[in-house]
Amino acid sequence: MGPHHPSTHGVFRMDVKLDGETVVDLQPVFGYLHRNHEKLAENMSYLGSMPFTDRLDYFNSMTNNWAYALAAEKLVEIEVPERADYLRVIMAELTRLVNHVSLVGFFINDLGALGTPLLYAFREREKILDLFEQASGARMMCNYFRFGGLRNDVPEGWLDRARDVVDHFPVFLDEYEQLLCENEIILSRTQGVGCLSRDLAISAGITGPMLRASGVNYDIRKVDKYSIYDRFQFRVPYTDGNVGDCYDRFMVRMLEMRESIRILKQALDGIGDGPVLGNAPKVFKPKPAEVYGRVEAPKGELGFYLIADGTPKPYRYRVRPPSLINLTVLRDMCLGQKVADAVIILGSIDIVLGEVDR
Amino acid sequence: MSHTVNHESILGKFPGTNWDQEAGALIVPAVQAKEIATWLRDNDAFLLDYCSNVTGVDYLECEVKEKVTKEDGTVETVTRTEPSRMDVVYHLYSMQKQTGPLVFKQRTNREQPEVESLTPVWRSCELQEREVFDLFGVNFKSHPDQRRILMWDEFEGHPMRKDYTEPFDYEWEPTPHDEILEKHQRGKVIV
Amino acid sequence: MSLLGGGIFKGMAVTLRNFVGSYFYKDRLTTNDYSWRPTDKLPQHAGEYPKEEGEQLRDATTVTNYSRNFPMLLHDGSEPMDTIRCVACQICERECPPQCIYIEKSTEKKENAGGKPQFYPAKFDIDVSVCMSCQICVEVCPFDAIVMNSQFELSTPDRFGGLLLRRDDLLKSNDYYHNIHPEEAAARDKRIAEEKAAKEAKKKAAAEAARKKAEEKAKADAEASEGTPDIQEDAE
Repeated sequence: MGPHHPSTHGVFRMDVKLDGETVVDLQPVFGYLHRNHEKLAENMSYLGSMPFTDRLDYFNSMTNNWAYALAAEKLVEIEVPERADYLRVIMAELTRLVNHVSLVGFFINDLGALGTPLLYAFREREKILDLFEQASGARMMCNYFRFGGLRNDVPEGWLDRARDVVDHFPVFLDEYEQLLCENEIILSRTQGVGCLSRDLAISAGITGPMLRASGVNYDIRKVDKYSIYDRFQFRVPYTDGNVGDCYDRFMVRMLEMRESIRILKQALDGIGDGPVLGNAPKVFKPKPAEVYGRVEAPKGELGFYLIADGTPKPYRYRVRPPSLINLTVLRDMCLGQKVADAVIILGSIDIVLGEVDR
Repeated sequence: MSHTVNHESILGKFPGTNWDQEAGALIVPAVQAKEIATWLRDNDAFLLDYCSNVTGVDYLECEVKEKVTKEDGTVETVTRTEPSRMDVVYHLYSMQKQTGPLVFKQRTNREQPEVESLTPVWRSCELQEREVFDLFGVNFKSHPDQRRILMWDEFEGHPMRKDYTEPFDYEWEPTPHDEILEKHQRGKVIV
Repeated sequence: MSLLGGGIFKGMAVTLRNFVGSYFYKDRLTTNDYSWRPTDKLPQHAGEYPKEEGEQLRDATTVTNYSRNFPMLLHDGSEPMDTIRCVACQICERECPPQCIYIEKSTEKKENAGGKPQFYPAKFDIDVSVCMSCQICVEVCPFDAIVMNSQFELSTPDRFGGLLLRRDDLLKSNDYYHNIHPEEAAARDKRIAEEKAAKEAKKKAAAEAARKKAEEKAKADAEASEGTPDIQEDAE
């Protein structure tokens, strides 16, 4: 199933061996979008590779920026002002809403509902992208985070507009659930398809909603408590692990969107005034050290491993891509299923090729 | 914040390992790597069942200047040659105990880099070790499926190595950018 | 016992509601209609279209006031080269991640608007096919000379030279900047004014201190010169 295929979420190829319609063997082939981002970053200053992190997981540029800023701030120990932290959480949770709603749209698109849920999702996504454009200047490749805070403060009235969007979102979600969650076609096509057991998920390093759908309560926002996440009350939806099928992953994402809205409301209420950029050194030249910083990206655990050697350029810059590692179990989940199920399983893993290939 | 793992007991049980204080990492010789990894995964004190990140780092031979304090109190700057090496770095977490990263490094030389594959221990190493093989050239013994993952199969060379030079085989097209690129290559633009 | 197919009917009800509602509530419409019309002529090479700044404003102000596209150089008055802010320090060229800026410094200095002789860029080219609109050149410029434009209709039929914006294409006035990004331009002007005022105040304070010191020194000298004749007589 070659790289040019409408359902493969990018240039992704699956060599599928079939017996009739049943999948006997499956080998994923990728690397079509490989830009060797890690080597580019070794020749660039620390700030210069921030716009390249936008382009890793191009749906969630804010979260990519945050993971990199977190890793670099650990290297140099910069204090981030409180308003910047609140805005970072707001941006990240808005990104999570964008990602989950688009993913559900694409997933249902793969099932065959050619476009209707997807366009409803995109209609809501446009509102959030407008918010991003007003804050940072660009809809998708925001390049908004800096080491020690954010690039600039949000314009006047942005918080009220954000509150409007967040208030309207649950109404939209109710309608979306009414459209999708009891639909017999979706139920019969996704339940029992692509089961992932708990032990295999932990051993294969799966993270994110896929792991929580297989029954493990592990969310980096609760474990690491980075930034100010310990101030917010939110639940982490996870299943009991008996079946970790596509339906579970789909429902976990719908529930996570509701929790994100909860965090957003708390953050929008609690945000205060103040500067948005801490005291970052003029030339970013950290002492020799190595650090691994990770965040809970909407797709899983996004980590940056930086080795600094005292020069303005990193010695080793490594991105831990959640989409690549979640693909480890693609073959295991698809064996014995039909070809059409393979497409759905790929859709539920939630990959984006910019991250898989870097 | 993540809760760090206590490494003292590992050093006691497996005498071949070292602790690198600067990097905060456990250096493990390749022959013992699988044994230590299995023990770390199954032992009740650690339960490191989640291997989060596998990566390779390439170190060329370089000279390091160090300040050494002698016995009579004088401080001298000594230059020593740090030999070249290639590291494969693993970041291990425990999902059950929710404890923080233990950094685990397998060290090997640059000429014939060979380490033990930890795919039988943690399944998440499968694709990431393939990437380290592809981009750095490290051979993983007993890896179930070692072949190139990001570059195409007939590619020669290992791009992430520090001494990798790009082959001059680009299709040239006159763009305005060439002027800028030439200037950069002539060394006038310093990044 | 639920109706077989009940879920599908519920979903259809939602679709119908959205379909009918989109005629009455703009909220339910999934597509947007841009309210601008492109002009009818096609550009022959970059910089030809559009010529007057008034024309440029037409497609720039109908997008939001915050969006950014490609950089532009600022000048303060009516004659671009007399009041250009850029001094060709080449910091933006160094920091640009995809290295799309090409600057050649002028060989002699010229007087700028403030009367001070300074360098200016003889050549300032941005390769727009490479530029990724990351805004880092704006951030690192110490003279507020380069900011982001929001003009996006830059397509040309010339594949090779048409996408290289030269210095004269990039020069835009500060008034144009206020028109397209009012808040950002106002904040920037405010900051420049504040810095200038702070510098003036510092200079004044330093001049005051120097003057005071000179006065005291003169006083001390005068006292010393009054006293010396007595000492000279004693010495003799």
